[in-house]
Amino acid sequence: MRTFANFILKEVYHITRDWRSLIVLICIPVIQLFLFGYAIRTELNEAEICIIDHSKDYITQEITNKLISSGYFKLNAYIENEKQIEHLFKNGSVKEVIIFEQHFAKKLEKEGKASIMLVADASNPNIATLVTSYTSSIIRTYQLELNAKAIKANTLIIPEVKMMYNPELKSVYMFVPGLIALILMLVSALMTSIAITREKEMGSMEVLLVSPLKPQMIIIGKVVPYVIISFFNSLTVLALSILIFKIPFEGSFLLFTFESVLFIITALALGILISTIANSQLAAMMMSLGGLLMPTVLLSGFIYPVENMPLPLRNTFATCYSYIGFFCFPRTVYNTTE
Amino acid sequence: MDNNHKVIEVTDLTKKFGNFTAVSQITFDVNEGEIFGFLGANGAGKTTAMKMLTGLLSPTSGKAKVAGFDVYKQSEQIKKHIGYMSQKFSLYEDLTIVENISFYAGIYGLTDEQISEKTNFLLKKLDLEKSRNELIKSLPLGWKQKLAFSVAIIHDPGIVFLDEPTGGVDPITRRQFWNLIYEASENKKTIFVTTHYMDEAEYCDRISIMVDGKIEALDSPVNLKEKYYCKSINEVFIHLARKNKNQ
Repeated sequence: MRTFANFILKEVYHITRDWRSLIVLICIPVIQLFLFGYAIRTELNEAEICIIDHSKDYITQEITNKLISSGYFKLNAYIENEKQIEHLFKNGSVKEVIIFEQHFAKKLEKEGKASIMLVADASNPNIATLVTSYTSSIIRTYQLELNAKAIKANTLIIPEVKMMYNPELKSVYMFVPGLIALILMLVSALMTSIAITREKEMGSMEVLLVSPLKPQMIIIGKVVPYVIISFFNSLTVLALSILIFKIPFEGSFLLFTFESVLFIITALALGILISTIANSQLAAMMMSLGGLLMPTVLLSGFIYPVENMPLPLRNTFATCYSYIGFFCFPRTVYNTTE
Repeated sequence: MDNNHKVIEVTDLTKKFGNFTAVSQITFDVNEGEIFGFLGANGAGKTTAMKMLTGLLSPTSGKAKVAGFDVYKQSEQIKKHIGYMSQKFSLYEDLTIVENISFYAGIYGLTDEQISEKTNFLLKKLDLEKSRNELIKSLPLGWKQKLAFSVAIIHDPGIVFLDEPTGGVDPITRRQFWNLIYEASENKKTIFVTTHYMDEAEYCDRISIMVDGKIEALDSPVNLKEKYYCKSINEVFIHLARKNKNQ
């Protein structure tokens, strides 16, 4: 046991001597949290729109006001001609053009219907979908208000939508819990694979193997400090997410801790696996980044929903990357009340 | 060496990697306190043979005993009784001198008292007391090698394996390094050393020359030179390597 403690002490020296890397290790969670929390948002925020108003009456004006005051849209300009649309989209800043038909208010009063055309720049399909659905929903709300004011009762079916767990549909709620898994993967797998490969590259692994230390003790000794750093990191993210982003943590803290440790051990095992194959620190880094981090971001449901993948692929990845489960897990723990 | 107590006994030791035979039926003994030179060109099988003796590789066939323990069954026991130092690695660069010493002393199971006693003794002996808390990377290579050797024998092993310990070191430092080896040998430690430098071979009590996985010659340097009518071990080595090629 003494020899083992001695080994861990040496590992701690390695980590603390290289203080630059240590700072990176500790800062990564904070930086990524702010990056994902503030910079990467999938909800709409001041998308620029243009309006072609062939009618210019009180109802089109009201709708326009509603749209702009929602905070989701920013009026770029009123334009006169449909021919300008293509030019605007090519410039790139305008995401949507809203066209009111002629005699909008009159038609609405007499015939009970009038049409609005939404033209979106679908060169980015995600934004286009978002923009049009936000617009439609604002217009629908306005329509309901109109109906309420109208004297004759309308027989429309009015769906009442309730978004559970995340009523404001904040993307931070989704990214931050997933970020915990991402950071743990980064620190645990990447750092351990590099640390073990370093001993191999330097030749010190041979010296250690010739010593009476048991091989499993060498591996465990190398891994223990990173378990502690990883665990510390996950707590940092948790604290910041609650304090700064005000993400409600409704689940069981004990369960969260337990699952984090489980995930850390799994990620460390992957790191060790990589270190058995890689012969240099560089190779270990490339394997960890390409083989673990990329799929973690792209294929695990961190950004894109796993349900969108074809079934066979989904099953393959779900099996290969055990951590897909973990991505769902923090979200679940964060949001479920006991 | 008059004392015929054998600490390494090797009989027909063989290692095959697939179809390739790295070490082919080598047989030799090493006596206690002897400086045994293990010579051979790159790829001749020196390192493989050494790995089998230190318990890093298990042999394909043959018998070998190190410090009285069987390499197949008792490699854990062997590890406690040998020291090892390789050219590629000497010490951890980002640890201080004292930290390196106590780390190696610790993994060999020395107690705290023994560690601090050994540390002070070593620092005094190597004249490193002033720089005890300096990082290894600030030391010149020669000092590193001397310190690495001292650390390799910190647990007082009976046998020390040195894998090209003087690679890349200047001749004066090499000479100093060999003084450390002589000193250890006088303290009844057996030294098993591989080297590239043929002048160093002359310092050994006995040398074996490996060519293509086999031991071609094994005797004291003086006897070998007489036998092959050569002036230096270098000539003996070239003679043996050529002979083998021409066959």
